[in-house]
Amino acid sequence: MSEKNIVLHVENVTMQFGGVIAVNNLSLDVPEGEIIALIGPNGAGKTTAFNCITGVYEPTNGLVEFCGLPMVRNFPHGKMKKQYQGENADKYIHDPAISPTPDKITALGIARTFQNIRLWRSMTVFDNVLTAKHMRAKQNVFSATFRTSAKEERRMREETAALLEEQDLLQYKDELATSLPYGLQRRLEIARALATEPKLLLLDEPAAGMNPQETQELGEFIQEIRDKYGLTVFLIEHHMDLVMKISDYIYVIDFGSEIARGVPRDIQNDQRVIDAYLGVSEE
Amino acid sequence: MSSFVQANLPYLLAGISVGGQYALIAIGYTMVYGILRLINFAHGDVFMVAGLVMVYASASMPMYLSIPLVLVATVALGFTIERVAYKPLRSAPRMSVMISAIGVSYLLQNCALYFTGGLAQMYPTIPWLSNSVTIGGATTKMVTIVTPILTVALVFALVLFIQKTKIGMAMRAVSRDFETSQLMGIKINSVISMTFVIGCFLAAVGSLLYFTNYPSVIPTSGAMPGLKAFVAAVFGGIGSIPGAVIGAFLIGICENIIKGLGSNWTIFSDAFTFVLLIIVLLVKPTGIFGEKATDKV
Amino acid sequence: MEKTLRKDPAKKIGSAIAVCLIAALYIVLFLLDNVLPANGFTLMLIPVLKKGAIYSLICVSMNLLNGFTGLFSLGQAGFLLVGAYAYAIFAIPADQHAAVYQYFDGGAIGFSIPEALGKLLGENAGAFLGSIICIIIAGLVAAGFAALIGIPVLRLKSDYLAIATLGFAEIIRAIFQWNSLGPVTNGSNMLRKYTSLSAIKIGSIKLATVFPFLIAMICIGLIVLLINSSYGRAFKAIRDDEIAAEAMGISLFKHKMLSFVISSFFAGVGGALLAMYQTTIQASAFKSAMTYEILLIVVIGGIGSISGSCIASFLYIACNEWWLRFLDSGSFFGISVPFFRDGFRKVVFSVLIMVIVLFFSRGIMGDKELSFAGLVRKLSGKKAAQAAEGGDGK
Repeated sequence: MSEKNIVLHVENVTMQFGGVIAVNNLSLDVPEGEIIALIGPNGAGKTTAFNCITGVYEPTNGLVEFCGLPMVRNFPHGKMKKQYQGENADKYIHDPAISPTPDKITALGIARTFQNIRLWRSMTVFDNVLTAKHMRAKQNVFSATFRTSAKEERRMREETAALLEEQDLLQYKDELATSLPYGLQRRLEIARALATEPKLLLLDEPAAGMNPQETQELGEFIQEIRDKYGLTVFLIEHHMDLVMKISDYIYVIDFGSEIARGVPRDIQNDQRVIDAYLGVSEE
Repeated sequence: MSSFVQANLPYLLAGISVGGQYALIAIGYTMVYGILRLINFAHGDVFMVAGLVMVYASASMPMYLSIPLVLVATVALGFTIERVAYKPLRSAPRMSVMISAIGVSYLLQNCALYFTGGLAQMYPTIPWLSNSVTIGGATTKMVTIVTPILTVALVFALVLFIQKTKIGMAMRAVSRDFETSQLMGIKINSVISMTFVIGCFLAAVGSLLYFTNYPSVIPTSGAMPGLKAFVAAVFGGIGSIPGAVIGAFLIGICENIIKGLGSNWTIFSDAFTFVLLIIVLLVKPTGIFGEKATDKV
Repeated sequence: MEKTLRKDPAKKIGSAIAVCLIAALYIVLFLLDNVLPANGFTLMLIPVLKKGAIYSLICVSMNLLNGFTGLFSLGQAGFLLVGAYAYAIFAIPADQHAAVYQYFDGGAIGFSIPEALGKLLGENAGAFLGSIICIIIAGLVAAGFAALIGIPVLRLKSDYLAIATLGFAEIIRAIFQWNSLGPVTNGSNMLRKYTSLSAIKIGSIKLATVFPFLIAMICIGLIVLLINSSYGRAFKAIRDDEIAAEAMGISLFKHKMLSFVISSFFAGVGGALLAMYQTTIQASAFKSAMTYEILLIVVIGGIGSISGSCIASFLYIACNEWWLRFLDSGSFFGISVPFFRDGFRKVVFSVLIMVIVLFFSRGIMGDKELSFAGLVRKLSGKKAAQAAEGGDGK
């Protein structure tokens, strides 16, 4: 693992809401080109961890680095100074210059999908992907309004069409995004995330609500896009078959804290993981 | 110091009085918002209609009949508005309900314009309330003293009602979680109607007190007190009754003190309320007593 | 892929029809201004047309914000006021200052842009160009106010944003009525004698109705171009799902601010046109009731539809100022009706609005646009379908 570049480095991240510690002292590394999974029972803090990485929340304490550059760094301050119950409180300094909003993090090259699909409901499939290209377009509001950047617009449209073609979504391009079947909506959300030209793709339960057939296809699809776009994938998932099949490395958390890490085979046989999922027997 | 108080006493008294009247309106806003998450833009106009009903009622019947009639008519109006204009939109986006409220406000103002023929209607003199009294060298009407006392008494009764009765408990539950309370068998429609009934009753009382201080009622009389009462509700943390009352007194006092600063500043006595609103929204958007709400991603 | 992007014939026919209709419209307007005699009909029609065009622009500017960006702002009256005042202040001729600013020693501004240009280019050209420059200034000043207000306000959500913008509109109104600013704003007194629509002419050709149509159409055209651009899509993305939009790299603050400032710019232009139409303006008229009125027109037209806003504006103004006048006059086709008196029109009107809000909440157009290409397609599609049916029948 050490020979590869680390794309995402999460160090001692703690997220505390009032008295509730949603993520506790989480550290993990996501190496370039791999598929890394974050698993855990419901309410373990997986999505909160994602939200700390993508800038939706600012973690109470800890450090997140992307490609070696610090992205978020914080320590308990303000009200949390007294209330903080996590660890490593004195290890970090707060740097307001690097607490970016989600859009800036996306601009750095991290794209995500959502657990409960969040497509733009009044837009067509085509427009959903096209709009995600807005961020990288070389234009300003005047050149866009007066059509002096029409070339850029044409490029965006062509790229969108190409992207939809690759994802087998082109035939639906003029339909409303929300009128698609569930599985295709998930795929469209991934296509939309890819349109922001990310290096790292965060997938929040991409297989939720899918049948085994669809889940298997999704697994192949994730590997395919990883290879095609040279992506690194970091995903949250509940379908163990999928996770075990496609992940290179797995982190398991429960009640916000890491309980195990390792390659799929080790995780499958790890007693703590089995206990967390099935409950500890009474004896 | 004492000369300053002496000079400003009339304004201070007027402020406390107006504050109490705003408080009575603000409770209607804050309770409706707490339950429906709706800024009931029509509430100020309901308040104005209560004033007009008093004008017309007192012209044809004695005071001891007109006052109860005003209370009943206002409550009936509030109940009808909720049933006709808000209930059908229960599952619609919040913006539609707010637009409906603006529509009702427009309708009430235009109806008032039609019935009054655009003329200011002389507000009747309510005996005893309009009597003059002198406090600390400042002459004022009895209503100035009655208002804060009555307001505090009514708020106390209301808080007791919400804390102790079954329907009060249902109200608290609905404001906490609309859907779940519905699933738990609370008849939300009657809870919501009750909220409007209480809100409009207090607005009617407020109108009796408020218009006693003014010579006449016009169709737009309700707009500004309505907005100010709403600001008071936001200031205190929308959904919180004590918050609304404290906010209302503060706004009433401040605007009257500004009026006392001199004629060049009078124009800002209304605008000040909104400056206060914006400061509160920026510093603590949920108001002094409000609870923090977060969006789930 | 390129083939599917080729223009279809319906689109061509549609745009041809649109161009013809617009040309016809301007010819009619021109005739109304210059040739047709002033009779009872034209005396009612012309003001409705002028005001309808101005309200179209105002409503479209509000729709850009409320309908396309999903920002529920109720500050429109404030920006109209800023625009109207900015226009009027720079368009009052110098020799009228003493009369207009009678309580403020002739005011602080001793010149007028149309007048200054008039000295250079001749009176008519000066009035025309000068008023356009003043209109642009009006837009810019309103946009500047919006930029300042936007910094604190745009962080707020839904109804908090609504009430904060409403509050700012009231604060603006108070500032413009403040006596200490009297030398510029004339305090709470009205501004008058500035260049109005009737002064807009080329040679002896009057353009009093053509002018507001022209300005409004250019502005609405710009808004349509913006909405159909990449930025317009970003605005819609924010309206549909703010969190998803931000996660896809669309900066919320930047885009909300853009929408707010642009909308206010056009509201300022609308305010300037309104000032030109009214010939006198007073800050006390720009109350929140005005914002409500504009919002209701937008709702009638359909939130998120530009053509809906325009249609609704003309309908609203025509009903309000013309077609429903009989409700106020006490008689209906010669039959006197006792309850038809002053104000009844407005009552009927507000009931109609409530019916629309409650039962037709999508308004006239919903979020669709009126398109001639679509109409052509529908008609020809019907023909094709009929032909196909006929073929089957045989």
